[in-house]
Amino acid sequence: MALLQIAEPGQSAAPHERKLAVGIDLGTTNSLAATVRSGEAQTLADINGEHLLPSVAYYAEDGSVEIGSAAMIHAAEDPYNTIISVKRLMGRGVEDVLSFGDELPYRFAPGEGGMPFIETQAGPRSPVQVSADILRALRVRAEQSLDGVLAGAVITVPAYFDDAQRQATKDAARLAGLNVLRLLNEPTAAAVAYGLDQGDEGVIAIYDLGGGTFDISVLRLSRGVFEVLATGGDSALGGDDFDYALARWMLKESGIELEPNAQQARYLTTLARRVKEQLSAEDCVELVLELDGQSQGLSISREQFDSVIEPLVKKTLRACRRALKDAGVSADEVREVVMVGGSTRVPLVRARVGELFGREPHIEIDPDRVVAIGAALQADVLAGNKPDSEMLLLDVIPLSLGLETMGGLVEKVIHRNTAIPVARGQEFTTYQDGQTAMAIHVVQGERELVTDCRSLARFVLRGIPPMAAGAAKIRVTFQIDADGLLSVSAQELSTGIESSIQVKPSYGLTDNEIAGMLKDSFSHAEEDMAARALREQQVEAGRLVDALEAAMAQDGELLDEQETAALSEAITELRNVAGGGDAAAIEAGVQSLAKLSDEFAARRMDKGIQRALQGHRVDELGKELK
Amino acid sequence: MAISMTDAAINHVARYLEKRGHGKGIRVGVRTSGCSGMAYVLEFIDDIESDDQVFEFGPVHVAIDPKSLLYLDGTELDFVKEGLNEGFKFNNPNVRSECGCGESFNV
Repeated sequence: MALLQIAEPGQSAAPHERKLAVGIDLGTTNSLAATVRSGEAQTLADINGEHLLPSVAYYAEDGSVEIGSAAMIHAAEDPYNTIISVKRLMGRGVEDVLSFGDELPYRFAPGEGGMPFIETQAGPRSPVQVSADILRALRVRAEQSLDGVLAGAVITVPAYFDDAQRQATKDAARLAGLNVLRLLNEPTAAAVAYGLDQGDEGVIAIYDLGGGTFDISVLRLSRGVFEVLATGGDSALGGDDFDYALARWMLKESGIELEPNAQQARYLTTLARRVKEQLSAEDCVELVLELDGQSQGLSISREQFDSVIEPLVKKTLRACRRALKDAGVSADEVREVVMVGGSTRVPLVRARVGELFGREPHIEIDPDRVVAIGAALQADVLAGNKPDSEMLLLDVIPLSLGLETMGGLVEKVIHRNTAIPVARGQEFTTYQDGQTAMAIHVVQGERELVTDCRSLARFVLRGIPPMAAGAAKIRVTFQIDADGLLSVSAQELSTGIESSIQVKPSYGLTDNEIAGMLKDSFSHAEEDMAARALREQQVEAGRLVDALEAAMAQDGELLDEQETAALSEAITELRNVAGGGDAAAIEAGVQSLAKLSDEFAARRMDKGIQRALQGHRVDELGKELK
Repeated sequence: MAISMTDAAINHVARYLEKRGHGKGIRVGVRTSGCSGMAYVLEFIDDIESDDQVFEFGPVHVAIDPKSLLYLDGTELDFVKEGLNEGFKFNNPNVRSECGCGESFNV
């Protein structure tokens, strides 16, 4: 018979309707899957009892693919066909990927929509496909472990992942045959694993030191929502750097003089890693270094190791302080600190992080597994295995979403840190008389000008009935689903015509853009404000000039020659001023031109009324006015 | 009438109860459902009903309603690993036929 798990009271599923759900931590170095069984979240092991699946894929000549440790074996002798750290490429454009330079040994070819393809002997593979292969391996493992088809999965992504990177992750999951219940921010998942979502409101810091990357996230929990206050870190700093530093130190200490070749370097770092791991539990490690036919005994104490890695640890602490500053909170406001990533096992790291925040960090859950565990807990709730009373965790959007208005300004429709899913609408109008189409340009970012934000999508709403400028009502609705993915629709309210777009990211991102965007919005706040004021005045001037010229073309006979000349001159003057950068001068120009044209406007109105009254009797008008 | 539990089952239930942090034990039972008539119920319990019969296996309390007990008499609750899969298994002598996957049964 099928094996059963203990359900929550009243939640026993009918036969064949068990809702199997997993949480997946799709990491840069390692990935893993976890699930809730009999109320306990646990990570799933493979047939050899290994929980961590190295995020490595090897593409063989016959088109077959190997994942994990089996793939890693090929890394040294066949680097072109062994794809590692593919997460760094997710949602990136070709140019972006090439700018990583020699760091990645692959041969890239541009593909559809600017997405890079990695040339392998089995054919070109996109980062999405490679990620899908890794996810598929985890799906198979989960389905074997749970003896059934998965109802869905929660997949974690870094808090700083933008729309394109999230979409790419979701695409990979679909390709792997997974139903994505939700994408969840990694730091949020770690906090959930410790049950912090059920705890008191307050600020939480997640210190995530993995093999090759370091991330610090500052979250605020309020009303059941984790708000990302700030993220920071170093995409090229991790536990591997501890190994390299210790390896260099050991070589120097041994007195053996040589410039290690690739094989010797690998021997040294493997040895260094073992020493590092032993020093987490022991105070001193003895070993014998055998290099180049020489052998040398070596004794390494915890203190010596600490002094070797101290500069690296300090670097992470600097990033923490920066993130706190960006978040606008002080270290003692942080209520809980959660440790994520294997390198947080190093005692010095724990001690220094504890000192910085003035409290003991959470280390009770295996730091390699804590993110997957939190994701599994969320997956269990989302799949419906918990009573409805259980709180459903909400996430927030990391960067504001808006659209371009006249003058290249950004009108934010959904502000950052808004809880998702969410739908917000805003009404816009036409700028020119008789305008029959409107271009909708969707942007993401915190800055005031479109040029400083990231362009997500463009589309055109056509078929607006010709009306006077400002008369048409166009409702633009932004809708974000639970994964943070956006669809935008625009509707002209009098006719009901509609146009919409599902934001398909262009994959044309530049590196570090998003990470820097938030910071920029603070450091450029003043100049942004000035820029906005200037653009607003320029738009105002343009609108007045256009309207006046149209009026003069239509009702020119109401002006004598002198008046026409005076107005034309004032228009030219305003145009010149508007081309400059002085917002105040433009404002003054707009006002004086408006004043100068007052008389003309009054005459036009009279004419309009006369025209409307012609051929009507007074009592008819009365009826109309009723 | 009674049921029994293997040591493996007792240990796992005790661990899950401790993890859960609250609750009085587990409920086992049967209900009509599925492609072959009946299905097992295996749940944590927060409240014991007045007509429940309660069995004690070390630290573990197992509540069974009187109707279910008729179908479960003589059953051994076990915890087993099958390949990567693991979970609880009812060894029920009353079962005459099961559906293909064994999730539902007939007495």
